[in-house]
Amino acid sequence: MRKAPRLAGLAPAVLVALAALFWAAGVGAQSEAPPTPVEQILLDNSELIQKSSRRTIGPAIDALASSGLPEAADVLRLWRERELYVRKSDGRFVRAARKGSAYELTNIITGAPMGEASRRDVDQIKPNSGIQAMIGAALVAFQLNDPDPAVRLRALQGIERDPEASHLTGLRAAIGRESDPFVQEAMARAERRLTIQFDEDEAARIAAIMSFAGDLDVSTRATLNPLLATHLAVREKSAPSDANVARTLTPGSDGFSYQAAYEILVNEGLAPKVITAAARDQALIAAIDDGSVAGVKVATLDTREARDAAYLRLADEGKVPHTMTEDEQFALLGNFIFEDVYSQSPAITDATNETIDAINMRVAMYEAADLALDGISLASIYFLAAIGLAITFGVMGVINMAHGEFIMMGAYTGYVIQLFIPDKTLSIIVALPVAFAITFAAGVALERLVIRWLYHRPLETLLATFGVSIALQQLAKNIFGTQARPLTSPDWLGGALVINDALSISYIRIAIFVLSVIFFLVLLFILNKTRLGLEVRSVRQNPRMAAAMGINPDRINMLTFGLGSGIAGIAGVAIGLFAKVTSDLGAGYIVQSFMTVVVGGVGSIFGTLAGATLIGFLQKGIEALNPSNTLAAQTYMIIFIIIFIQFRPKGIFALKGRAAEA
Amino acid sequence: MATPPTNPTMSERGRSLVRHRSFLAQPSTIVVMLLLIAFTVSIVSLSEAAGGDISTSLVKTLGKTMCLCLIAVAMDLVWGYCGILSLGHFAFFGLGGYMVGMWIMYARTEAIVVEAARNAPLPPTPQEIRDAIGTQIFGVVGGSDIPPIWAFAHSLPLQLILVVLVPGLLALVFGWLAFRSRVTGVYLSILTQAMTLALSLYLFQNDSGLRGNNGLSGLQNIPGFEEVPQSVVSVAFFVASAVALGAGYLLAAWIVSGKFGSVIRGIRDDEPRVRFLGYQVEHYKLFVFTLTAIIAGIAGALYYPQAGIVNPAEIAPIASIYLAVWVAIGGRGRLYGAIIGAAFVSLLSTWFTGGRAPDIHLGFYTIQWVDWWQVLLGVAFVLVTLFAPKGIGGLVDLLVRPKRQASAGQPAPREAAE
Repeated sequence: MRKAPRLAGLAPAVLVALAALFWAAGVGAQSEAPPTPVEQILLDNSELIQKSSRRTIGPAIDALASSGLPEAADVLRLWRERELYVRKSDGRFVRAARKGSAYELTNIITGAPMGEASRRDVDQIKPNSGIQAMIGAALVAFQLNDPDPAVRLRALQGIERDPEASHLTGLRAAIGRESDPFVQEAMARAERRLTIQFDEDEAARIAAIMSFAGDLDVSTRATLNPLLATHLAVREKSAPSDANVARTLTPGSDGFSYQAAYEILVNEGLAPKVITAAARDQALIAAIDDGSVAGVKVATLDTREARDAAYLRLADEGKVPHTMTEDEQFALLGNFIFEDVYSQSPAITDATNETIDAINMRVAMYEAADLALDGISLASIYFLAAIGLAITFGVMGVINMAHGEFIMMGAYTGYVIQLFIPDKTLSIIVALPVAFAITFAAGVALERLVIRWLYHRPLETLLATFGVSIALQQLAKNIFGTQARPLTSPDWLGGALVINDALSISYIRIAIFVLSVIFFLVLLFILNKTRLGLEVRSVRQNPRMAAAMGINPDRINMLTFGLGSGIAGIAGVAIGLFAKVTSDLGAGYIVQSFMTVVVGGVGSIFGTLAGATLIGFLQKGIEALNPSNTLAAQTYMIIFIIIFIQFRPKGIFALKGRAAEA
Repeated sequence: MATPPTNPTMSERGRSLVRHRSFLAQPSTIVVMLLLIAFTVSIVSLSEAAGGDISTSLVKTLGKTMCLCLIAVAMDLVWGYCGILSLGHFAFFGLGGYMVGMWIMYARTEAIVVEAARNAPLPPTPQEIRDAIGTQIFGVVGGSDIPPIWAFAHSLPLQLILVVLVPGLLALVFGWLAFRSRVTGVYLSILTQAMTLALSLYLFQNDSGLRGNNGLSGLQNIPGFEEVPQSVVSVAFFVASAVALGAGYLLAAWIVSGKFGSVIRGIRDDEPRVRFLGYQVEHYKLFVFTLTAIIAGIAGALYYPQAGIVNPAEIAPIASIYLAVWVAIGGRGRLYGAIIGAAFVSLLSTWFTGGRAPDIHLGFYTIQWVDWWQVLLGVAFVLVTLFAPKGIGGLVDLLVRPKRQASAGQPAPREAAE
């Protein structure tokens, strides 16, 4: 009966055990699998282990830890978790699980069943917390000494996740033995963190704290911040104090009201409870008798003073407890000092403050860098949105209120192409020229049909193109619906370039920055180095003279307008990658785009760059000062631009001389 | 001030402008006033309140349209006569609505709070009433304190003064900044558009103190007149709007008929030349800009109690551009053109977007006007700008003798640009 399950259970066991099984089956003896080497160590130290005394247990733990056996760690863990039992009949160590009134025994290594035993036949090994800590330290040392560096690193991560004072010794021992420089570096960092948290020696802690100055790791700040934890303490003015005070709080100051201060006094038992306004009113209501309270007509109780007076009369009549008046409360508050007190000693907090200041300094530096990057990327977006306008409005002097709709057309082109070409990278590569072609055609059509008839009537151009903008927006709404359409960026644009915990740049921003730089250079080249650019500039400065030189101004105007619109289309694809593609996508950029061109200086590509940079940085700067509110940031930015135009009405790069008069 | 321009070098049209004629004697003024009176009287006598057939909602729509006509007159004055294409006058309109809305909301909430407190065992203290009003009004934006800008909200006269003062001061400061640095033409338009955008973005914030994007609501319930049925209230506002429109029209007609009118038309047609003649162009422009902003504010103060709600979306730049669309379609440079444009386009827009216009079945596609009205409006606007710069008002010229054309003051398109 007892043999059968034992044999079945042994079958899948290790080779050694298998041999034992055949031996046992063959001989038919009553004995079980012989003790494995680990069990043997336990058996050898059986007396010490069962005695379980902190003073004498050391050798037993050492024997296990230094055995070099892989199972030793499991055994130590079982021991620490109080899952180790000893069978009185033969002194073997087993695991046991309650089953009714008896225990079901299993092998500590293999988990093979070893029959049942009554509660009296087994003893639980119950290491006390001191021994548990020793075992824990041995465990850490054990893993930290593993030959596989990956295991050592994992053990280290385990320690950092769940640090304990007992880890410190093992960790320190392991650092000296470590051969892998990377692991050693990680160990040293972990050791300093543990030192900060658990070391008894204050000097060592301070040294460890100071060593983190300038460290940007988030977990470093997580280690240091608890050292600065404070609690609010209150003491009488006369009472001396040797507490490590973080700051003194003045009742009535910002964030610490008189009520809160008085509440604390009440909680500390230093002041009597005060009747709140609500409780006072309740008491008055309860005391209403035939339309009056304590002889005062209810109808007159419509001010705070009248209610206080009525309550006082009630109190004088002895119907309600007396309460402190506000003046008395103030007087009482004056007798006390409220302080935020550190839990740690001054030396520690000073060192921590100094270190955190140093860290914050560096973090602030990186945040400034991050802000600058934000500014650059916003500037590139504005630049992209405005660069087409810089050509149509800046170079040609045509106000095109439908410019935003060309941006929108570009974005929708990208969306439609993604419907046909599922591959994201390929679809974007196809979308850029197609968007250019479509918006170029749209721009040429707009120039030929509308704008050509309105040259030198800028206000009417503004109105007519605005009509076009209304119609195009509604058309997009009718075709694509009002909900946002996805224009998905390729996966390789999805991530971010992480420099450290304080600084990272998403690839899409880099891509947009690169795209705007390319646009800038290409346009600069076209306008300054090509025949077309020469003709564009000449037509802008003096169309009649240009015509006399054999340039066809109509053709040039058409091409220039098409170019500006086509660029808006490409910008639309780029903007669609991070913004929602809706019919009013472009309308959201139109005012900023005009601002960019006007601030930068009409007629100059450099001006648009400068304008975009100024506006981008300005908006991010204002947002950084007031992080919760991008709406307010935009408001202030526009106000700034209005004021800026007061001082430089022609923008940053004002055209001079004859070119300005065209 | 320099001597008035009796300069012989001025164009023939310019000389005809100098020949002044009392604005009351102008046929257009007389016709508009008579039509306005006739229309108002007939609507009032046919309204539900007087036992007629015209529904309260139609009276409200017509009353609102009157207010839109009034702001269109203001727009025509500043753009059609003075050449300043302001894309910000709807912001002043909205501000006027906000100012009167603050009083309506505050007073009404106060009445509700006091009424609710009547059943409480203790009479409420002033502080309790204030707290309750704050919670009622600002609960939606997560606040309960009454912001400082509501300091005068308890008083109707003070808020009515603010209806004039706030848009007026904003226009004065903005206009002073813009005109003194000689921002003109499209730059000024873009700048006014930016101002409008900034204002609407500011009001969209929850902590702007004006309930963020919720705006002010329940404005159709006028405090103190809870017992009066809406049919009567709507007629009262209709009449008030008509009176305001009449007064605004007469004021505008008076301004443009005199020497002042000639100067601002001169500024529109050739600003540097007027400056060389010794006029303080900036002062004229600033006066017209501020005055029209005040008219816009008053129009808004009458409009929003009829609409019932004012929110930042009303102030968005697009609204001001639509205003320019109305005036352009109606025919700028003539005051009745603005009225025609605003009434025609806004009523047509209500009709089309209200889903009452019949769909057009093309076989392969059905044109639903709710979706296509904006496209039609946009295209119509382009066509009007291209082919009919005089707008609908230009049709009047075809009816009257060609001699009158000159006194209508419509600029030739090419000269309007500079």
